[in-house]
Amino acid sequence: MRNLLAILERELKSYFLSPVAYVVLGFFLVATGLFYYNIINWFDRMSMQSMMMAQQYRQMPQPINVNMMAIRPLFHNIAIIGLFLVPGITMRLFAEEKRQGTMELLATSPLSNWQITLGKFAAALVFYLVMLLATGVFVGLLFFFGNPEVMPILTGYLGLLLVGGCFISLGLLFSAFTENQIIAFVGAFAVNLAILSLGWLANFVGPNLAAFFSSLSPIEHFDDFAKGIVDTKHLIYYISFMFGAIFLTYVTVESGRWRGAR
Amino acid sequence: MIQVQNLTRFYGRTPAIQEVSFEVEKGEILGFLGPNAAGKTTTMRILTCYLPATSGSAKVAGFDVFNQSMEVRKRIGYLPEQPPVYMDMTVKSYLNFVAKIKGMDSRDRKNRVNDVMEKTAIVDVQDSVIRKLSKGYKQRVGLAQALVHNPDVLVLDEPTVGLDPNQIKEVRGLIKSLAGNHTIILSTHILTEVELTCERAVIIDHGKVIAQDTIANMTQRKRGASRLVLQVDGPTSQVRDKLAGVHGVKKVNTDGAMHYDIECDSGRDARRELAQAVVQNGWGLLELRAKDFTLEEVFLNLTKEDGGAKS
Repeated sequence: MRNLLAILERELKSYFLSPVAYVVLGFFLVATGLFYYNIINWFDRMSMQSMMMAQQYRQMPQPINVNMMAIRPLFHNIAIIGLFLVPGITMRLFAEEKRQGTMELLATSPLSNWQITLGKFAAALVFYLVMLLATGVFVGLLFFFGNPEVMPILTGYLGLLLVGGCFISLGLLFSAFTENQIIAFVGAFAVNLAILSLGWLANFVGPNLAAFFSSLSPIEHFDDFAKGIVDTKHLIYYISFMFGAIFLTYVTVESGRWRGAR
Repeated sequence: MIQVQNLTRFYGRTPAIQEVSFEVEKGEILGFLGPNAAGKTTTMRILTCYLPATSGSAKVAGFDVFNQSMEVRKRIGYLPEQPPVYMDMTVKSYLNFVAKIKGMDSRDRKNRVNDVMEKTAIVDVQDSVIRKLSKGYKQRVGLAQALVHNPDVLVLDEPTVGLDPNQIKEVRGLIKSLAGNHTIILSTHILTEVELTCERAVIIDHGKVIAQDTIANMTQRKRGASRLVLQVDGPTSQVRDKLAGVHGVKKVNTDGAMHYDIECDSGRDARRELAQAVVQNGWGLLELRAKDFTLEEVFLNLTKEDGGAKS
């Protein structure tokens, strides 16, 4: 555990020492901010319309649910943006170690490959959590002007963390494949996109296959979390997804050693 | 301290090392000599538990590198050819991190990090980012990293490569000062480095050990076929005949100009007689020196002399 924490700490430090972290974080906030602005704009218009309708028919205006109409779409956008940006967080994790030759240091220190792999995964997850916390500003503003419910927001963030964890575990795997960060980025990105499009594919196939395809996509499983439902079925999906990818990463690191690759 | 027995490693179908065996006593410095791609790095990587061997066994401090890998790793400090430093960290925080993953207690860590920084003369750059350091400093940080947990065994892969002459001298001095407390294996393709720092050497070529002996014995072999280079201003054929007539000279080669390449009997210094012969005939002696043997020539000698047998 101490070794794992040592790896985690070093990775986190190096995130905040390198420009990549700030670029990713900055871009993430700009993108989510734009979507947030759009959503609030739209929400505003809806409220206005509802007021006008109410005046026309001389009724009380229909209250619009902030959770459903503003926060849920925001969370969906955050999940999708994460899909594009998470490979940027994970690409350096193993690739850079191999390029710099520091993998040789880790591999000859009394550390297990599990400790190395999990330490790196945890570091990326913590960084992603920082990204998510930064979006708390957007949600906080809604508390200032409206009265959203707290619990669905919390489950939404839990869901986001799980979706992000899946992307991170995949990114980690691709980083372990190569010593080139660009390849690690593009590979993880392409697979993320493929997984996302499995969800879209569900719209074009028959109902039986549709259920199958949509249950493969991490984004589809996120829906219930955004609604405020924590279903064990989704939890199991996410945890086995992450475990699978982390296990493959471990195997890749281990087998690289056997083959004598750097 | 280190026992290596019949170590073999294949990369795919190509063997990197074959049946490598040697031993290193406690406190000794062993030179691991060989040209590039001879299998030095592979052997070192197996010893440091980075690579598993295809067959054979290696023990460090009584622990098997494969089955008791974690025990070995605690006792070994390794400096790969490229110092394994994190470019974006400062020297101090990097060494702290290494001490931590080597399993040192937080109590000892601070003192120990300061100690090795002093030993390797990097105290004045301790707060610099490693990326900004010169090659020599990076190498020293690499060395400090290998030393930080006070390991019994040090494995250094070409520690002086890419350094300037002053730095080379410093690093060699440092390595020499470490012997006794640490058992050291040092790989290099420079013969003089082994002569200057090591007590014993293993020569490896094409993945096989072709000689292992003390430095004293090896230099004796070297003397066994000493060579001289002369530059004489005079009529070529006469000079050659005259030189060949000098006592102890086995063979004279010339390029037809003024250069003569002379092979002498073992253990005999014919320089005085040669100089005399030239001067007596009124020719001009422009150059006379003993020719250094390059590593390849030592190889050739060794393989010629005893058909690749070990000592």
